[in-house]
Amino acid sequence: MPISLNQHTMMIKIAIHFLCLVLLVNQYWLALNDDLGADPVEAILHFTGIGAFNLLILSLSISPLVRIFKFTSFIHYRRLLGLYCFLYVLAHLLSFLAFEVQFDWQLFLNEIIERPYMTFGMIAFVILLLLTITSIDKIKRQMRKSWQKLHHWVYLVIVLASIHFYMSVKSDITEPLVYALISLILLSFRWKKLFKYFR
Amino acid sequence: MLIKLPPNWKIPSNEVTDESVYRQRRTLLKSMGFLGAGTLLSPSAHSLDWFTKEPKVTFETQALQYEKQALGQQVLTPESKVISHNNFYEFGTAKSDPFNNSQGFKVEPWQLKVSGEVENPITLNYDDLTSMFTLEERIYRLRCVEAWSMVIPWVGFQLSSLIAKAKPLSTAQYVAFETLEDPKQMPGQANRRLGGGISYPYVEGLRIDEASNPLTLMAVGLYGKTLPPQNGAPIRLVVPWKYGFKSIKSIVGIKLLKTQPPTTWNRLAANEYGFYANVNPEVDHPRWSQASERRITTGGLLARNRIETQMFNGYGDEVAHLYKGLDLRKNY
Repeated sequence: MPISLNQHTMMIKIAIHFLCLVLLVNQYWLALNDDLGADPVEAILHFTGIGAFNLLILSLSISPLVRIFKFTSFIHYRRLLGLYCFLYVLAHLLSFLAFEVQFDWQLFLNEIIERPYMTFGMIAFVILLLLTITSIDKIKRQMRKSWQKLHHWVYLVIVLASIHFYMSVKSDITEPLVYALISLILLSFRWKKLFKYFR
Repeated sequence: MLIKLPPNWKIPSNEVTDESVYRQRRTLLKSMGFLGAGTLLSPSAHSLDWFTKEPKVTFETQALQYEKQALGQQVLTPESKVISHNNFYEFGTAKSDPFNNSQGFKVEPWQLKVSGEVENPITLNYDDLTSMFTLEERIYRLRCVEAWSMVIPWVGFQLSSLIAKAKPLSTAQYVAFETLEDPKQMPGQANRRLGGGISYPYVEGLRIDEASNPLTLMAVGLYGKTLPPQNGAPIRLVVPWKYGFKSIKSIVGIKLLKTQPPTTWNRLAANEYGFYANVNPEVDHPRWSQASERRITTGGLLARNRIETQMFNGYGDEVAHLYKGLDLRKNY
């Protein structure tokens, strides 16, 4: 029996769920068992941070692929990728709170307020939180035109994420620069939209 | 002074851990004449490694003879973590890179030259490093500028003994240190991206009174054995009241100077890393707080290991007098 288009989409969605969850759970499992290098906290923060950025890049690649390269079926995966991006960012933030500063709320708040790269990271988190809440179909329908406007804020998120990554490294900036370049390419596909905002 | 040399049959107690015994099993097999069998077994052993994630230690360390120090209340960082979580950009910037990229490092022959403002310049060869001075164990806290810390049983001798042997002139005000430069052995020096974009050779410096302080150690070993390459074999500096980057590794040159020498991290980012780099909970790194630190021992992700950072890393009684009248906010 030939696989229908729906089944095909479903299979890819299951694969995305599987990959994102298995990788995440696996890392935490290793870290809990002290089996993720000498400092599992640092390892978890790096994994969830880079993972979130990768998922953000993937979700922002969908629209250009659909619009310019006509991979129309890809549109089905955009929301899922965006939601997993948020899950990884949430894991990143909660791991920082729980395992890095270990619920020292004073330190946690001070760091977010005083360190610019932490502030940028936190703003990006809040935006992604709003985007996640409003991705529920019912809310999306109620929001009508303002939904699209709100979801354009994701472009700010990728800029903030680039700065956050760039400022967090100690000396070698190659990797953050590669991510910033990819972000710029993704933004360049939206130059007309962005241009309208800044006019 | 009574120098206690342990008899040959006596194994230092810190070697009597499951892990280090486990680690030495191949050496043990070899010494028992099982080399042939070992070679036959190695392919399957490698495939097992993939599952057990056992680090592949191929660099051979030797047991040292030294005066032991009592552990007291401190909890040591396990040897497996001390040798696998390193900042040694010559071998790569990720914490696991130094371990993974340094196992073939050659420490013999080695030359350490002591020169500059001295009456008696000396060159130490590989064997001199462990035989010229009586070795003693020093259990020190190591506080990294990145706000994590370890407790490590070093083996070594006081830098002051070495300086005394070279007979410093009264003009000697500073001591400069230099790491080996050998891009063939150190991939981080051959490739700018791997090496984190810092300029090599790595250089560090101390004031002569800091260098002469009894705490300042030239370490040739840890956990009772000679240093593995990732920890700075065959000889490194350990300055326990300063951030870890001051404790320069794999030293080939020590030069006594009239003026303050340049230091690697200060050259790279002077606003973040000063010449003194004393551990100081009151002066933050521009990008993070230095008020507390995570002590790396055991326990995985859930370990409650955040502790308050102490002034001079808790060594104030021994070193605070060196900085009387110095503004430590300006001279960070």
